[in-house]
Amino acid sequence: MKRRDFIQQTTAGAALVSLGGLGLQSFESASKFTKITILHTNDVHSHIDAFGPENEKHPNQGGVSRRASLIESIRKETPNTLLLDAGDIFQGTPYFNYYGGELEFKLMSKLKYDAATIGNHDFDNGIDGLYAQLPHAEFQFITANYDFSNTVLDTHTKPYKVFRIAGVKIGVFGLGIELDGLVDSAMFKETKYLDPIEISQDMVRVLKTEEACDLVICLSHLGYHYKNELNKISDLSLAKATKDIDLIIGGHTHTFLPKPTVVKNIDDKNMLVNQVGCYGINLGRIDFYFDSNKNKSANGTSIFV
Amino acid sequence: MRFTHFFFLLYFFVFLNCKEEKLQLSKIEGVQIEITDALTVNSEIEAFIKPYRNHIKKDLDSVLAFSYATYSKNDGKFNTAIGNFIADAVYSEANPIFKSRTGKDIDMVLLNHGGIRSTLNKGNISKKTAFELIPFENSVVIIALKGTQMNSLIDYLRKMKTAHPISKLNLILNKDFEVVEAKIKGEDIKNSKTYFVATNDYLYNGGDNMRFFKPNDSAYYLNYKIRTILIDKFNKMDTIKPVIDNRFIQIK
Repeated sequence: MKRRDFIQQTTAGAALVSLGGLGLQSFESASKFTKITILHTNDVHSHIDAFGPENEKHPNQGGVSRRASLIESIRKETPNTLLLDAGDIFQGTPYFNYYGGELEFKLMSKLKYDAATIGNHDFDNGIDGLYAQLPHAEFQFITANYDFSNTVLDTHTKPYKVFRIAGVKIGVFGLGIELDGLVDSAMFKETKYLDPIEISQDMVRVLKTEEACDLVICLSHLGYHYKNELNKISDLSLAKATKDIDLIIGGHTHTFLPKPTVVKNIDDKNMLVNQVGCYGINLGRIDFYFDSNKNKSANGTSIFV
Repeated sequence: MRFTHFFFLLYFFVFLNCKEEKLQLSKIEGVQIEITDALTVNSEIEAFIKPYRNHIKKDLDSVLAFSYATYSKNDGKFNTAIGNFIADAVYSEANPIFKSRTGKDIDMVLLNHGGIRSTLNKGNISKKTAFELIPFENSVVIIALKGTQMNSLIDYLRKMKTAHPISKLNLILNKDFEVVEAKIKGEDIKNSKTYFVATNDYLYNGGDNMRFFKPNDSAYYLNYKIRTILIDKFNKMDTIKPVIDNRFIQIK
């Protein structure tokens, strides 16, 4: 059986979350590794052009054409790559005001994004405005806790998608933030918001047992953490309250993290929560190494962040 | 044990017994890569963006009107030239649409001081100017309020002591910030009358603590952005020369 007990040890500069069980033995054996690379963005907010040198906060940072060359070079080095976005693709520059998200979707398609979830600002031109731009998106929209059955988006999103890359099954499910009070109801119309924790438990069950996924990723626009609203669901609280999620890729709170956060889930097992700020200033990269040697019965997983 | 649990267990045993190679997750590495000018630009992507960028730039930079002077939202105590201009523009541009749809007239306009995000500088006015003044996507909403509720609106303005942009409302306070006179389109407010107040959807939904818009008799969404109103107004005018007037004053 798969075991993943992690012990965190902090070293200077970087944290090494090291091995449980028989640990290092897995490296000594002659087993072959399969590396899966997850690249991710969030809250790009129509920032297609890089910030200029005059920008106080992010001078000379960001820009889709630079991100494109970075992603291209990573794909050359490691073709087993998924590219994901955690929502709020829309709103923030005149590109959105003029073209309603058309260029954002076209560029994400050219960069070969595999999937995105839906953020609150993606409703800024109404659910009809989002629907109108869907023909420009050659990637899947994934959201499990928005029920769109009474809206134009019905059947145009999926609760989850399973990607099979180099023999590894990767299940990705999406979560959106509660829209009531955040977005004008005239914009999201009859979209129903469902409880993220309940939906996650259901999604994980489907992805782990029915779909037999090796890796489960949650693409979330819930927000990293709300220190003044501790009861509000966030990526950190979701991570602690669930099991079998390997990685939560977050958005909404525009959180710049020094490194991905290691969180203990409800089974006391370590997993990762990550978010890379906003405006396309950073690209997140998480590499998962799979060992196909099945003779090791008690391998641990080490996390280097 | 629940029946479903039994199935899970069954599944597991079957799974473990099969000879398929089971993958073990052995290592995870996470890094964040900054997108900086040290990266090369993908020329194909850049070429794809260019016509969009050029179109926007040309459109944003085209001159719509001329500003006679520089107008800041901090120029007046209870009303400002730029605030008056925007509130009056909302009335003049939105009222014909509202009237054609409902047969009624807007009685007054109330926006918020914080919604004006830059100064209107002397010289050429472009679409970019409108984006800088009103970067938000808020649209006009017209709300039917009872005369009694109008008193809450007036009381809010009195207490806030802020130059929230208004149009068609005249408000005079004394030195103790008590209302001396409150008139809409030159007439006293009648408790029995219904007033049509134009504002934006942000304020209608309680923004800036404007809680007096709800409950109401009805709300009409014009689907007309405040910024678009400004652009339409600029297009119709040659020179913008708004003034601070006596629509909201304090007598001492």
